[in-house]
Amino acid sequence: MAEELETERADVRDDGRRPPRAVVGSHRIEEEIFGKVFDKNIVKRIWAFVRPYRAKVALAVVAVLVFTAMQLAIPLIIRYAIDHGMQPGGDRSALLAALIAFGVAIIINYGASYAQETLVGNVAEDVLFDIRRAMFSHLQRVSLSFMDKTEVGRLMSRLQGDVNSMQEFLETSVLSVGDITLLLGIVVVMLYLDFGLGLLTLSALPVLFIVRIFWLPRARKSFMAAHETNSVASGALAEAIHGVRAVQGMDRQSVNFTLFDDKASANLRTHLTAARFAQVMVPIVDSLTGVAMALVIVVGGARVLGQALDVGVMVAFLFYIQRFFDPIRSLTLQYSVMQRAMASGQRLTDVLDVRVDIQDKPDARALSADMDGSVEFRDVVFGYNPKHPVLKNVSFKVNPGETVALVGPTGSGKSSCMSLIHRFYEVQQGAVLVGGHDVRDLTQDSLGRQIAMVLQEPFLFTGTVLENIRYHRTEATREQAIEAAKAVGAHDFIMRMPDGYDSILGQRGGNLSLGQRQLISFARALVADAKILVLDEATANIDSYTEMLIQKALVKLLEGRTGLVIAHRLATIREADRIIVLQNGELIESGNHAELMRNGKLYSRLYNLNYASFDDIPEQIIEQAAAEGAT
Amino acid sequence: MTTDTVTGDGKLSASRAHVRAAGWGKGLSILTRITVMALRHPWQTGLAIGATFIASGFQLMIPLLLGRAIDEAQGIGAGGSAASVAQDALLVTALLLLAVSVLRGFFTMVQNYYSEAVGHHIGYELRLACYEKIQRLSFSFHDSMHSGDLITIGLLDLEGVRMYFSTALVRMIFLSVLIGIGAYLLLSTDVVLGLLALSFVPFVGWRSSVTQLKLRATWLDLQERLAVLTRVMEENLGGIRVVRAFSAQDHEMSKFETASRSALSLAHQRVGIRVANTSAMTFSFFGAMGLVLWVGGTKVMAGEITVGTLASFLTFMTILQMPVRQLGLMVNAFARASTCGARLFGLLDLDIAVKDAPQAPDLTLRDGTLRFENVGFSYPAAPDNAVLTDLSFEVRRGETIGIVGPPGSGKSTIAHLIPRFYDTTAGRITLDGKDIRDVTLRSLRRAVVVVQQDSFLFTTTIENNIAYGDPWAKETQIARASESAQLHNYVLGLPASYGTVVGERGVSLSGGQKQRLSIARAVMLKPAVMVFDDSTAAIDAATEQRIRSAMRLNAGERVTIIVAHRLGSLMHADRILFVEEGRIVEQGTHAELLARNGRYRALYDLQIRPGDDALTG
Ligand SMILES: Nc1ncnc2c1ncn2[C@@H]1O[C@H](COP(=O)(O)OP(=O)(O)OP(=O)(O)O)[C@@H](O)[C@H]1O
Ligand SMILES: Nc1ncnc2c1ncn2[C@@H]1O[C@H](COP(=O)(O)OP(=O)(O)OP(=O)(O)O)[C@@H](O)[C@H]1O
Ligand SMILES: [Mg+2]
Ligand SMILES: [Mg+2]
Repeated sequence: MAEELETERADVRDDGRRPPRAVVGSHRIEEEIFGKVFDKNIVKRIWAFVRPYRAKVALAVVAVLVFTAMQLAIPLIIRYAIDHGMQPGGDRSALLAALIAFGVAIIINYGASYAQETLVGNVAEDVLFDIRRAMFSHLQRVSLSFMDKTEVGRLMSRLQGDVNSMQEFLETSVLSVGDITLLLGIVVVMLYLDFGLGLLTLSALPVLFIVRIFWLPRARKSFMAAHETNSVASGALAEAIHGVRAVQGMDRQSVNFTLFDDKASANLRTHLTAARFAQVMVPIVDSLTGVAMALVIVVGGARVLGQALDVGVMVAFLFYIQRFFDPIRSLTLQYSVMQRAMASGQRLTDVLDVRVDIQDKPDARALSADMDGSVEFRDVVFGYNPKHPVLKNVSFKVNPGETVALVGPTGSGKSSCMSLIHRFYEVQQGAVLVGGHDVRDLTQDSLGRQIAMVLQEPFLFTGTVLENIRYHRTEATREQAIEAAKAVGAHDFIMRMPDGYDSILGQRGGNLSLGQRQLISFARALVADAKILVLDEATANIDSYTEMLIQKALVKLLEGRTGLVIAHRLATIREADRIIVLQNGELIESGNHAELMRNGKLYSRLYNLNYASFDDIPEQIIEQAAAEGAT
Repeated sequence: MTTDTVTGDGKLSASRAHVRAAGWGKGLSILTRITVMALRHPWQTGLAIGATFIASGFQLMIPLLLGRAIDEAQGIGAGGSAASVAQDALLVTALLLLAVSVLRGFFTMVQNYYSEAVGHHIGYELRLACYEKIQRLSFSFHDSMHSGDLITIGLLDLEGVRMYFSTALVRMIFLSVLIGIGAYLLLSTDVVLGLLALSFVPFVGWRSSVTQLKLRATWLDLQERLAVLTRVMEENLGGIRVVRAFSAQDHEMSKFETASRSALSLAHQRVGIRVANTSAMTFSFFGAMGLVLWVGGTKVMAGEITVGTLASFLTFMTILQMPVRQLGLMVNAFARASTCGARLFGLLDLDIAVKDAPQAPDLTLRDGTLRFENVGFSYPAAPDNAVLTDLSFEVRRGETIGIVGPPGSGKSTIAHLIPRFYDTTAGRITLDGKDIRDVTLRSLRRAVVVVQQDSFLFTTTIENNIAYGDPWAKETQIARASESAQLHNYVLGLPASYGTVVGERGVSLSGGQKQRLSIARAVMLKPAVMVFDDSTAAIDAATEQRIRSAMRLNAGERVTIIVAHRLGSLMHADRILFVEEGRIVEQGTHAELLARNGRYRALYDLQIRPGDDALTG
């Protein structure tokens, strides 16, 4: 079977069938793009962000109204000039008066448009940044269980796309005030100038509305589809970029290309459909404008001929008609903007409303630097999904100054224990105590300052080596950073980099070997100068010799500190004061190396497996250990 | 592509400042290239451009007809004859106007639709090309490029190029026809009035172009600042565990604030530039209108022109106002397309450093011996730093080689050279005696699979992840691979079993589970050369032992290379290489190396015996 597949693997079959298990881009559920047009709660939430700027917004609205009034006035002034100043041998002073009025109008117009655009533009930017800040700072506090479930890309699209559409919404909502007034104003002025002709001209209006009503739902669907295929294609591109090393390593390029082509052609298709929908309105609106103008010419012209109407009124009508459809067009556009904004607003408030499960109690106390550094688990039950506990009734105590090791098969819950000490997650039962206090009674910030962690996955930030080592302890001196780097044996290779400690690290530290990244993240934990040091496989990717050098250097640095160490390489933890063995989330034995070796349970078997030649171990011991180990 | 920017991948200059400095000549060649892409859709391009001419013609007829109607209404056009004649004339004009409006609408639609369609087709082609290029560019390129910058090219820059046809090229034609013929008509009707009516055109056109270019420059700056902000946010969210572990939220907030504030202040500045401009443009337009009204009004009173002529002048102005303002947008679209195009085509034109030699045959394996012959290597990013020097070794089918060494000694680099993620800088690597550079990459990478040290899991189900290299795999194959990687039982215990979605980069898995998943994904492929790059570090010895027994079943047919720090993982290898600073300093079997009392022995003692005495041992 394998042979048959060897030749065929990873390709799209000749008949065009796509491989059943291949996808590009994460298959996330697409979110609503358009919401309700108006959702009171969301508007209220957004208003909270606009409130600080309400004086400016009010001014902007006034400016918009003034601006609109001027738009209405200008054709009227022209009409006056024509009717009173423009017959051969007409009234010079009337023309002059009209010109002065015109001049005043355009100066006011200038001021109003300046004020309106400046105010709206700036407030919209301010609000955009405020909302983004609020979200970002909220994300700093929501619990990791939320973050685990949520893709970074998705959060980024909240912080960027959705926030931008709020900005757009703010700008347009002020403008729509102007549009609505302009529309009403034109209607009123036309009816005032000549009621009959006005009514006749306005008859084109309901037609447009009816057309729009039929057009809108279909058009919206097509816009939505276009938008959706866009984000799907972008997601797939982002995945290709992030996962490119795995893609090439597994030779998936050609399949991925075909699958991406599917998405890109869907994108092309939906965009063409959307363009068709958008453009079909153009001739309709133009024809209606034509009809309105033709009516004015035939009916109005006849009345002008019959001296029943001033020619100036006819000119003004023709001017108004040309402006008439603009507000309707932009209002319907704004309608979509509003809907999109409501959907975005919904998603923003969803993020802002993510409950901060793990919060400081009102009377939480700060963990002081002179606490004793003990760590205790009391009957801890914990599961990422409460129905499937990962830790079951785990109890142990690490005394001040002690170094305790956690060992156990993969997936047994060691890293989870470490997360709990830092209160990344909340226990379901029991309690975790640090320095004698339940972590739930302490402020998270002070807890974090007293616990330094080396995580199983070394994550480094873009920036220099030095910045990474002293990370948020910016007050740490260069010397302290160098000392820490020397302690973990990173100094030499750092000095070999082109700019030493000021060398820029690639994304996620990609220009370093994994062991080197681990060393830097180790140094980072040392600089943090905390009472409790948690090392989750901190030396897993480092050879024992380097590790021993580190351990020697650490002896002095760790004096009086509490250490918690996780390792699969049992030599690493042999000298720990105590070793705790976890299996399937249960604590099955604890004691020092000698004791555990003596009682001959899991630890001793793992230990032997680790070091003795496999051939020397009777097969059944391997089987037994492996059976216990498999989780 | 000009050779000065690119000499092999990894050197794409993404610096915006650099692009900005590039001369006009280059900009022109980029625009030509986009235009040529448009011309590959001759029908649609032709329709778009043809419709543009017709639409602007109809557009120009409207003011003329309006003017005529006003005159006719005053009985001027019909020469003061009978009312019924004048009425008929009005009716004719009205019908003409209606027809012209309908036609204008229709052709504008055709123009807009087809110019957008051409843009979308160009966008589609570029999107595919970009995706393919990114997939094929070798590791050294991706090492040098921040993923965020690549995404910007693939999304924003692509958009700038896509919009070129409709917002720059077609608009330019439209505007030139409209303004050109419009100006001619106005001037030929009445020179003085025409000049006055057009007086705002040069000012607004110039003003809007200058402003748009200024806005563009600040836009590039803003983009750069936003990119910093994006990176701050992205890394914060991606590294959230580190942030939390160090209680560095305040630190992160202050990084955010700095980036955010600098972007915001520029955004405010941009509002200022934009507004100053639009207000001035509106003012000058109305100012010109006032002049026309004044002079025109005087002329009407003097009986030199009719009210209708004046009205058509005013209408012309209204019609011209929008396009003239759009001149700036058009200039901007040109500038945007040329900078975006420079980056996008810069990417598309990159030479792929690691690619098939011309007419390279597929790899056909007989005995499957892997040989390193005096291999030397340094990363393109740091060419002076020799990572591997004069490295030679040989592994035959059925053999297993172990590699140990301190961090940064070059073990992963060795692993990466075999499937040609990078090419050696000296010496060669052969499979079956054939230089791996002489066979197709595709066949090579199917024969060689590396379980990477820092492997990337996709945000999809466990089964899709396992079947990543062979998406046609049957369920039984997936289960079997997962059994050999000791993952099967764990997966069966999950509520959704193989359908469970692993979180982003596998967050919902433990370290060892992630490693086992990537082992399963590799085992699935049954390659001829299998490299485990420190891929059991987070797996306990017992589980590892089971994995190894499962592997041993097929080990006879392939070459196995194991990089590990735990000596238990590789002590049974046929040979063990001790690598230090890119050289093999010791090699031999476990027993030989122990007997040698060298570095390997020291490691062994450290792992076996407690205490410092190991050092001296
Ligand atoms: N963020 C998470 N969300 C859901 N489940 C998780 C998450 N992290 C871990 N798990 C699950 O909890 C269990 C314990 O994981 P943990 O990371 O604590 O194991 P570990 O002992 O550290 O293993 P290893 O040695 O492989 O790192 C595993 O079954 C794992 O799949
Ligand atoms: N992409 C890269 N660009 C530039 N230099 C690199 C890159 N990757 C690794 N290096 C450097 O090359 C050297 C060898 O790295 P390599 O990853 O091969 O080490 P390693 O032996 O695998 O180490 P480890 O045991 O830590 O995984 C190191 O000095 C490292 O800093
Ligand atoms: Mg773990
Ligand atoms: Mg490595």
